[in-house]
Amino acid sequence: MIRAKQARALALLGALAILMTACSTTGAPSGGGQVADVGKPFVFASTQFTPVIEQENMRKKILADYKGAAVDFITDQEAVILDRISAEAKAGGQGQIGVVGLENGQFSSLAAAGAFEDLSKLADKQKDKKIPQDMLTLGKFGGNTQVYVPWMQATYFLVANKKALQYLPSGADVNALTYKQLIDWAKNISDKTGQRRFGFPLGAGTTPGLIHRLVQGYFYPSYTGGLVTTFKSNDAVAMWNDLKELWKYTNPQSTTYGVLQEPLQSEEIWLGIDHAARLIDVLKAKPDDFVAVPAPAGPKGRYYMSVVIGLAIPKTTPNRTGGEALIDHLLKPETQLITLRENSFFPVVDVKLPDDLNKGLKLEADAVAKQANAKDAKVVPLPVGLGAKGGEFNTAITNTFVRIVVKNEPIQTVLNEQGAIVQKAITDANAKCWGPDGTSSGPCQVK
Amino acid sequence: MRARAERFLPFALLLPAVAFLALLIVIPMIQALILAVIAEGGGFTLEHFERMAGDVNFSDAWRNTLLLLILIVPLQIVLALVMALLINSRFRGHGFFLYVYAIPLAISDLAAGILWLAVFTERGYLNSSLQGAGLIQQPILFLSFENLPGILTAIVVAESWRATAIVLLILIAGLQLIPRDFFEAADVFGAGRFRRTIHVVLPLLRPSLQSALIIRTIFAFQTFAVVFALAGRNMPVLAGEAYVWYAANRNEHLAAAYAVLLLGLTIVATVVYLRVLGLREAEVAR
Repeated sequence: MIRAKQARALALLGALAILMTACSTTGAPSGGGQVADVGKPFVFASTQFTPVIEQENMRKKILADYKGAAVDFITDQEAVILDRISAEAKAGGQGQIGVVGLENGQFSSLAAAGAFEDLSKLADKQKDKKIPQDMLTLGKFGGNTQVYVPWMQATYFLVANKKALQYLPSGADVNALTYKQLIDWAKNISDKTGQRRFGFPLGAGTTPGLIHRLVQGYFYPSYTGGLVTTFKSNDAVAMWNDLKELWKYTNPQSTTYGVLQEPLQSEEIWLGIDHAARLIDVLKAKPDDFVAVPAPAGPKGRYYMSVVIGLAIPKTTPNRTGGEALIDHLLKPETQLITLRENSFFPVVDVKLPDDLNKGLKLEADAVAKQANAKDAKVVPLPVGLGAKGGEFNTAITNTFVRIVVKNEPIQTVLNEQGAIVQKAITDANAKCWGPDGTSSGPCQVK
Repeated sequence: MRARAERFLPFALLLPAVAFLALLIVIPMIQALILAVIAEGGGFTLEHFERMAGDVNFSDAWRNTLLLLILIVPLQIVLALVMALLINSRFRGHGFFLYVYAIPLAISDLAAGILWLAVFTERGYLNSSLQGAGLIQQPILFLSFENLPGILTAIVVAESWRATAIVLLILIAGLQLIPRDFFEAADVFGAGRFRRTIHVVLPLLRPSLQSALIIRTIFAFQTFAVVFALAGRNMPVLAGEAYVWYAANRNEHLAAAYAVLLLGLTIVATVVYLRVLGLREAEVAR
């Protein structure tokens, strides 16, 4: 029999476990400097900066010089944050959230429901900061009200270990690769070293991989010039055949990779395309071991995805002027540079990058500039207008990739079946065509 | 007056537990049932179940969930039983082992998954130890989609490490309940340790084994964080699909349909255990 003392200790252990789990989900509220007489405290809710370190950077560094009403920065997965914002919007009256920071595509259903204040005047005040006009237009969602003002931006690009450079196919310029050359490169590495060193972000764990973005913003448009309207086209079939070829030289553990910086750092892979924020750690840690270059080009051009993150004020805000003061602070050139240094998101305002920038950040900044300025570069936004159906759309795209490339199912069958699922999500959301698919009067049609 | 108070006391004492169950289990369960059969615009529909059954991952999720159940539950019961008997034999330092066995209880399942990912990945602890010992030249890709047995082994090991302790605690509690007279009687008849275990301990442990089996099976149906961490998309399971449909796809109806399916499976499993390991009146009374 266990002695009473042991039993008690065991119970204590159990209680401790419960306590630890409970504590891990609640964080101490964070202040934004001294609280002067600036109105009610409010919540700044965002889908960005979910890693704990980025949250701390936000609270302790990005908000360090902010002197407005107390701000409680909260961040969580998209579903959680969007649910909370829409719950407050539906409840009406006065909520707790004063400012939201979301990706362009995450705004659409809330914007359509009229959940946000018009920020046109605020945007006018920021004129001297030279926020690009097309980004501001994006924040209007085809209407007259400025739903959000751009806050920061990011993109995806290719990172290669310098050890891989010797296997570059002859005649290939690492700064202007094509997908064919990328495949040859991965094949060369596999042939010469016996190791499959390309990586796809296909994981599904805590930080799910962003493979759907690569398919939506890179592979499809670069090969077919579209996404939805070319989903089942012959160009698409050619693209899937190429991806299957690339898969032969891809590390088969890719299905566990959420962010590529980890396998890049451990050298499980030498090549990979991922989101800037998911590559920065390895570039900061080993800036001399890597090159960061533009994503490859396909037959239709070098398409790349631009991620714009915007700031908006819900109509249920407890403190409108406080929210505007916070947005002012976040758009200051100094704050934008701190955001870049600490959390690796690029400024939307016109600001010269300092010379003493961290080497890893410098690599990223150069890659971003090279990608945007490439002769054949074309930009793709995140999917627009899908609202709550965005998740189903993304999953349908990911499943298309998994079925064709990983499970080796027949391309045409999968495109027909997944095309129907993609169409259902678009029709349910009543989303018009966007980006490279052009425009449409009704819901965009899968072809 | 006093007799009356005593009559109500048991109910009053039960009230907090009942209220807790109603608020946090029964009401959400009913809500899930309703969500699963309500169309997005309102009205009754079976569309969500049809969509669930027609989903790409459904048959795989179904197969994997059952496969893991069959692999994990018996293994854990046997392991826990051996550990419980060992601890109950009260050798020197058995208390220490009890604490060590109980440590995984304090770790969340996702954390456990990530921990084991660090063990099994290409440059993980296992591969570097094997390489360091000169046993292998190249790292073994345990978690590759091409290596299903590898992934399964990793998940079974991680799940066993994580959740055997809960079975162990139930069994130890059961062992403590066996009156010492039985052992003394067995000794009188000259039963050795092995025969005593087979003929005395196991039959008397049946009620605890039953609870352990039920709880463990329910948990096995709910497994997904460890699977997500170790196998990514290679191994969809039912609970994981429910999560994906809720969190990533934001379709609470389909998520609820999966939840209802899991509820049904759980009920079936529980009834089967109750029937197969059916307790006689006397045992229940004890």
